[in-house]
Amino acid sequence: MATQQDVSQSQKSGAAHPVTQRAESAIRPPVDVFETADGINLIADMPGVSKEHLELQAEGNTLTIEGKLQFDMSEQMEALYADVRSTLYRCSFVLSSELDTSHIEAILKDGVLTVRIPKRAELRPRRIEVQSA
Amino acid sequence: MFEGLWGYEHPLSSQFRRLEEEFDALFGAGTSLTGTRNIRSLPAGTFPAVNVASTPQAIMVYVFAPGLDAKSLDISIQQNLLSIAGAREIPRDENATYYRQERFSGEFRRTISLPDDADQARVEAKYVNGILTITVGRRESAKPRQIEVR
Repeated sequence: MATQQDVSQSQKSGAAHPVTQRAESAIRPPVDVFETADGINLIADMPGVSKEHLELQAEGNTLTIEGKLQFDMSEQMEALYADVRSTLYRCSFVLSSELDTSHIEAILKDGVLTVRIPKRAELRPRRIEVQSA
Repeated sequence: MFEGLWGYEHPLSSQFRRLEEEFDALFGAGTSLTGTRNIRSLPAGTFPAVNVASTPQAIMVYVFAPGLDAKSLDISIQQNLLSIAGAREIPRDENATYYRQERFSGEFRRTISLPDDADQARVEAKYVNGILTITVGRRESAKPRQIEVR
């Protein structure tokens, strides 16, 4: 659990832990969620996740996002300091019925995931014209 | 209408997270076993997160900085201090309704003190999937040597 910012210090005390030997609890990535007339956009910071290790699942009205964080490590590696102590990202959201879960789009670029959940076409807000009598 | 998007979590999970953050603040990130923090350490949750590891040949610094233009990063090394500075501006859609804005926006700088044997002349950096990996070589003399008994 204990980590040290001062790398030289931790070397002397030998208190470092191997990167891989850590209990796996998922990281909840920081997200931005905003709504436009067409749908909901969700942007999540998931550094270290590649397309192959990202999974989005819409089941019923729940959207679950899971990603595996990967970075090059070698066997002989010793962790000296760690802000990030898990290799799994996970978050889930309950969607409402006007959202169209069959047309969700997702783009992953430089560790940033952008998810667009459109509103059902028939349920998008319509502007109602006021007719003069 | 979109209450669901406010978060699908167990009511206790935020309590647990707070507990975890407090634990981190007390004993975790940037804190040694004796509870002494490095003078340049930053509070938990600071962007970008950093991991540091070492091998017999090199010191590896992983900077978790997604969504950046790698060329705009300013990486410098002086004495044994490695510093990484940059900015991530997140454009805001004026016509949208925001429910959550947790992602970092603005300028950042992190300074990491490296071990004494860090070789300033051998530094490499690459940016893949939002992680900036900086490899700093270690000086020959510091590598463990096998001593033969005659």
